[in-house]
Amino acid sequence: MNFDYNEEQQLLADSVRRYLAKSYDFEARRKIVAGQGWSAEAWAQFAEMGLTGLPLSTEHGGFGGGAVDLMGVMEAFGEALVVEPYLPLVLAARLIERGASSAQKEALLPGVVEGRTKLALAHNEKGTRFALDAVRAAARRNDARWSIEGEKSAVLGAPSADRLVVSARREGAIGLFLVEVGKVDLQAYRTMDERLAADVVLRGAQAEPLDGDLASLEEATDFGTALICAEAVGAMKFACDSTLEYLKTRKQFGVPIGTFQALQHRIVDMFISLEQARSMACLAASKADAGGEPRSISAAKIKIADAARHVSQEAVQLHGGMGMSEELKMSHAFRRLTVLAREFGDADHHLARLAAL
Amino acid sequence: MDLNYSAEELAFRDEVRSWLRANLPQDLREKVENYAHLSKEDVMRWHRILAKQGWVAPAWPKEWGGTGWNVVQRYIFDEELGFAGAPPIIPFGITMCAAILLRFGSEAQKQRFLPRIHDGDDFWCQGYSEPGSGSDLASLKTKAVRQGDHYVVNGQKIWTTLAHYADWIFCLVRTDPAVEKRQEGISFLLMDMKTPGITVRPLMLMDGAHEVNEVFFDDVKVPLENLVHEEGKGWTVAKYLLGHERMNTGRIGESRRQLARLKDYASESAAPMMKDQRWRDRLSRLEVELTALEITNLRFLDRMRRTGQPPGADVSMLKIKGTEIQQGLTELMMDATDPAASDPLSEAIRKRYLSMRKTTIYAGSNEIQRNIIAKMTLGL
Repeated sequence: MNFDYNEEQQLLADSVRRYLAKSYDFEARRKIVAGQGWSAEAWAQFAEMGLTGLPLSTEHGGFGGGAVDLMGVMEAFGEALVVEPYLPLVLAARLIERGASSAQKEALLPGVVEGRTKLALAHNEKGTRFALDAVRAAARRNDARWSIEGEKSAVLGAPSADRLVVSARREGAIGLFLVEVGKVDLQAYRTMDERLAADVVLRGAQAEPLDGDLASLEEATDFGTALICAEAVGAMKFACDSTLEYLKTRKQFGVPIGTFQALQHRIVDMFISLEQARSMACLAASKADAGGEPRSISAAKIKIADAARHVSQEAVQLHGGMGMSEELKMSHAFRRLTVLAREFGDADHHLARLAAL
Repeated sequence: MDLNYSAEELAFRDEVRSWLRANLPQDLREKVENYAHLSKEDVMRWHRILAKQGWVAPAWPKEWGGTGWNVVQRYIFDEELGFAGAPPIIPFGITMCAAILLRFGSEAQKQRFLPRIHDGDDFWCQGYSEPGSGSDLASLKTKAVRQGDHYVVNGQKIWTTLAHYADWIFCLVRTDPAVEKRQEGISFLLMDMKTPGITVRPLMLMDGAHEVNEVFFDDVKVPLENLVHEEGKGWTVAKYLLGHERMNTGRIGESRRQLARLKDYASESAAPMMKDQRWRDRLSRLEVELTALEITNLRFLDRMRRTGQPPGADVSMLKIKGTEIQQGLTELMMDATDPAASDPLSEAIRKRYLSMRKTTIYAGSNEIQRNIIAKMTLGL
């Protein structure tokens, strides 16, 4: 039993945190969001720190990191509300590493590690909510060439990506394909938590088949769920810490509002939610590394979703009008937590999944 | 990061488990499992079985009959007892009075009381709350006046759990009413319940059980040698207990057993509640909360073991969450009973729902626990 990061994990988390504090503070982030929506400079730094190679195997120049190795990074990203498309890269790279031919991997993965190539996963379709098997996009084969017809929606990171991993039906069953971004139509937009996403239209887009099926998508989704649990813990930590700071400094009736018991008990409950969520994030990451255990992943996501809702709503309430203000990082944390609570399935979805497992 | 117990810890758990399987009397286990009333004889019978094995007071120093187990082993032991359906070890002697004597008691007091607590010869109760002093304990008024070689105690305690079983009571009393800081006028006294002037009156609770009492003190003479620590230092003594041995207040093992019982119970009936999606979702959420609390508890233990520091005030969250979960489980259990049923088990389940409302009130209400976290951990 040991709940600490090992030395390498701690060092990496510390250096990511230092970098973000120095170069990705709220002002810097605001500029990135107001600009193209992601930062080439930050991405180059991520590559420099080894983050782009972290989830990839050593065979392709990566570091073979698992969910626990990524936890500290995701937590730091959550605290800083990073908008860079890192999670899409991790998911797509995972599917490529498990399903691409040696030649495909040779061609693609070194560029990913070096930060030259960015990836995203195009799986969701409109109206399917969180059902992973609701894929309508269809792949057709013409001699040796594959092409995909269909629409993908809310594809995180697509506007900045070079390649997409796309799910599509081949002879009825769900398969995975690699598609160049240049071959698809993108409708880019910002998500409610200010990340870059796109609706993707594939009109006979040329595609390379990968090995992989619904089970691969489920595995990758569970892995990604474990990662966003850690990210949410980071964002909740920010919300709790800054609310505590606010209670100590904001004065009304001549005293800091943190002297009022009605508010003290509420922030105590926020911290309890944070600790309970952190425990489940540890469980999710450990289980994801131990070959995955859907029950634990869903259990973790239920707690994370409930805690994210509780902490973010209370944080805004205890900040009063300032909590609503666009100027304060708090309101942006609220938006991120609102999205993270639903990403890869909200609490109701995972309750239903738990009951079915 | 490794959430699992080590091989040694697992072996220890298995040892405890198999010992419990062989030594926990079937009739006691059945009483606990069916929420039946446990008599004094029941709890003391189990106490003596544990004492004989040398396991009744794991946290004590070895020379007084402790086990020498580390904090993780003690946690595993407590949780296994809960999980097995063992009767509770009544905490007032073993956990509370003994911890105080070991820390503040004179050599003579330790010699006199500890072996009898260990062997189950004396049954202790705790005299803290008073009619006007609940959460605001430091306002207590029961007074002790020094007269020659003894104190004369007058006043009243309330909510005194199992006072009607007790041979002894440890009490907070006011020895100096004049002191400016009211905490400094409080002293810690041990009293023989047979002393003339002590009257115990039952307080019946809404489940119909006699568990708590009022205790009246009318010119009760207490020898000076029964003062623990110095006169006026009673508050220090009481506060010491706050941070002591609170790593099992989450009662994870007990709740795990209740959860398993609940799932069985809810699967059995003609219209199983496990098939009711709304009820089932409430159960799942509670199970998730319990899993989270178990890991949170282990995280605190891990931190404590590595730093050697006693648990911080934030372990109050174990009490808050643990009791909320216990109440949630009893509520789900009651909701799973057939409203038309009046068999003994259904009746016992309803009574248990009533009884378990006490958990968020006793041992420092959950609101007081939140005050503690706000002040000690968050610095508010």
